[in-house]
Amino acid sequence: MTLFLLRRLLQAAQVLFVMSLLVFVGVYAIGNPLDMLVDPQATAADTARVAAALGLDQPLWVQYWRFLANALQGDLGISFLHGTPALHLIVQRLPATLELAVSALLIAVLLGIPLGLWAGLRPDSFGGRTVMAGSILGFSLPTFWVGLMLIMLFSVHLGWLPSGGRGPTREFLGLEWSLLAPGGWRHLLLPAVNLALFKLALVIRLTQSGTREALLQDYMRFARAKGLPARRIVGVHVLKNIMIPVVTVVGLEFGTLIAFSVVTESIFAWPGIGKLLLDSITQLDRPVVVAYLLLIVFIYTLISLAVDLIYAALDPRVRLAGGQAA
Amino acid sequence: MPQHAAPPRRSPFLPRLLLGAALAGALLPAWAADLRIGLSSDVTSLDPHFVNIAPNIAFSDHVFDTLVKSDAKGKLVPGLAESWRALSPTTWEFKLRQGVVFSDGTPLTAEDVVFSLDRPATIKNSPGPFTSYTNQIIKKEAIDAHTVHLHTASAYGPLPLDLISIYVVSKKAAENAATEDFNSGKALIGTGPFKFAAFRKGERIEVTRNERYWGKRPEWDKVTFRILASGAPRLSALLAGDVDVIENVPAADLARLKTNPQVTLAQHTTWRTLFWQLDQFRDQSPFITDHAGKPLAKNPLKDLRVRQAISKAINRQALVDRTLEGLAVPASNINAPGIFGYNDAIPMDTYDPAGARKLLAKAGYPDGFSLTIHGTNNRYINDEQVVQTVAQFLNRIGIKTKVDTQPVATYFGKARAHEYSFALLGWGSLAADFTLRAIAGTPDPDTGWGTWNWGKYSNPKVDELVSRALAAVEPAERERFARDAAGAALADLAVIPSHHQLATWGLRKGFAYDGRIDEFTFAHEIRSAR
Repeated sequence: MTLFLLRRLLQAAQVLFVMSLLVFVGVYAIGNPLDMLVDPQATAADTARVAAALGLDQPLWVQYWRFLANALQGDLGISFLHGTPALHLIVQRLPATLELAVSALLIAVLLGIPLGLWAGLRPDSFGGRTVMAGSILGFSLPTFWVGLMLIMLFSVHLGWLPSGGRGPTREFLGLEWSLLAPGGWRHLLLPAVNLALFKLALVIRLTQSGTREALLQDYMRFARAKGLPARRIVGVHVLKNIMIPVVTVVGLEFGTLIAFSVVTESIFAWPGIGKLLLDSITQLDRPVVVAYLLLIVFIYTLISLAVDLIYAALDPRVRLAGGQAA
Repeated sequence: MPQHAAPPRRSPFLPRLLLGAALAGALLPAWAADLRIGLSSDVTSLDPHFVNIAPNIAFSDHVFDTLVKSDAKGKLVPGLAESWRALSPTTWEFKLRQGVVFSDGTPLTAEDVVFSLDRPATIKNSPGPFTSYTNQIIKKEAIDAHTVHLHTASAYGPLPLDLISIYVVSKKAAENAATEDFNSGKALIGTGPFKFAAFRKGERIEVTRNERYWGKRPEWDKVTFRILASGAPRLSALLAGDVDVIENVPAADLARLKTNPQVTLAQHTTWRTLFWQLDQFRDQSPFITDHAGKPLAKNPLKDLRVRQAISKAINRQALVDRTLEGLAVPASNINAPGIFGYNDAIPMDTYDPAGARKLLAKAGYPDGFSLTIHGTNNRYINDEQVVQTVAQFLNRIGIKTKVDTQPVATYFGKARAHEYSFALLGWGSLAADFTLRAIAGTPDPDTGWGTWNWGKYSNPKVDELVSRALAAVEPAERERFARDAAGAALADLAVIPSHHQLATWGLRKGFAYDGRIDEFTFAHEIRSAR
């Protein structure tokens, strides 16, 4: 177990290193932040002074070396545009994104598994067919369009929910959370649903096909022959056996929820890290872009580690020995 | 910090379903002295001297004042300085307004002004410092509590114009403050119409009325700025009544909004003028070939007749009516009408493809040549389509034109490295001599001239007139030189002017705004309207 964790950490460090190099070079190649940021009427001397102050006058490898040396001490640089440490800027906005992603994931799982089970148990019923047809919509409608439609319907026409923004928050553990504040859920609901739709469809389809497959297995026949109540057959024997693929997918998808909530965040003006990333890329605010992507890689690593641990709990046959981590 | 949601204007006691339908036409804001504005770009820092970008400046203007201000049309008007004059070509006297106090009650003195002029040079890590506006000042003197003398190294006429960009902060509050202290509001003490209430980065800023403000009392008790960077959510927030005013209405939605009885639109010609920069320094330009793809013997853009032909080939009226959907006006100058140094004697080139072909033939290109033109695709109104339209116009006179558009982040770097032959730029400035210095002045890293002269245009006569304008401390004299400089540069087609952009604000019924030439959205200039 310890060996497994150590190997995992080592792998993560390697990935972080390669990632930092790629991102650094990539953002460097897009353009020179000075062209975007320095007042166009500034003299060349002014521009040179800014370049020197920000270290942008150095060759790429020197800039990268300085970045790496600082990064090893936990300093990922200061945002050009905001003048505050990049990591701080991201951590400040992370709760908004995490809250959105967790809510979306909960919606997807809490609705998706029961609906998928139902559709799997009664594939030919009207309800089952409706659920499966609905899940196709969830896959095929683009997020930005659904988001805009939700806003048009619930905010503009019906006026039930706010059109965007985060609304009131309450402080907990030094960070701001919407769900803890009265009325905060009203701001969270539409973006969370929008972000959840695709994942919901995914969970439904996974659960449905898993259920149909499990029902054909021999142990199902034995369980029925033994006279077990339907509730126990479905609740224990079906559910437990279909959970492994669901957990894998949900785990990985949680990473994408965080990393790619950009679209939903910008449609609902949700002040999370996705929006920050987008702004930083267009403004060539390199420290923020690099810090963001490194953080995402780090989160992914943590999630896949958690997925492996949950596997072991769900299926005793899976051993967490070194090397065989899935 | 706990924040309020956008203030609910709807009574919570009525059934919601009915409300949506019934109040859709009745969201009258006049009784609530709150104003909610949807901004189109993020305010990155509240420190008014940290980085010189438009969204930050627009916010600073609510909390701080400058010595000299520009009005909605771009004319200089007194701010904290009641009056100013040049005592000698290198010494300026600014008389401060009497009785001005900061929002914490401390009176404004000359010391605060001197401190504020010193401060931009002390800001570390600024990617866009304000020092280009303070560099000219070599000595600042507080003569008495309400008199400041500023000395420049050489005669420098635009000093009052430079000072519209330097906000005056309270020395007491800002002396030992870092940028962080401004973001928390601690050091954010100004003399402006509003004072700081709350800031949530990337999301919203709240200000309340400064009851001690010296100028016209703003109508609003409280103003909330929401950052709504993408067009569609900004517009839907307006339609849903979550904000009262938005800036930068998405061009594609204008036609539909005009028919919406709940919304009024405010439009203003802006200082942003778009023009084409032409490679005028290389003998063989990288994106110009003959029709077979072989390099030409010489660079046709160096020939005035070719530049004239290109200018005549562009149907500016059609461009603004169709491609820009009426969101621009044709340009003959490189500054908008009303801007200092605008020269109305410069004729607008009329659309004349036959004349253009003749000029090309005279210049030795009866069959034209091949050209790739460059532009942005995310910077100006319908910019990609503008580039395509101009390519079509050029094709009609025999210049076989290809189009390459890029995001501004990559485009500016390449353009400033002089990589293009024919490239689109939009420029906003409140004085023609400033524009000409950067765009048409002979590039020279030592003088700071021609920093954005992509085509390295060089004309001693223009340089001479611009430097005389900059050295003239008498406004009338300076304006004459600036006008003449513009006339000389455009007679030679240093650049080919295209159009002046309009800015559009969307307001819910009950609100009124006149708009501003500098595209800023100022809560203190927004009124309630019946």
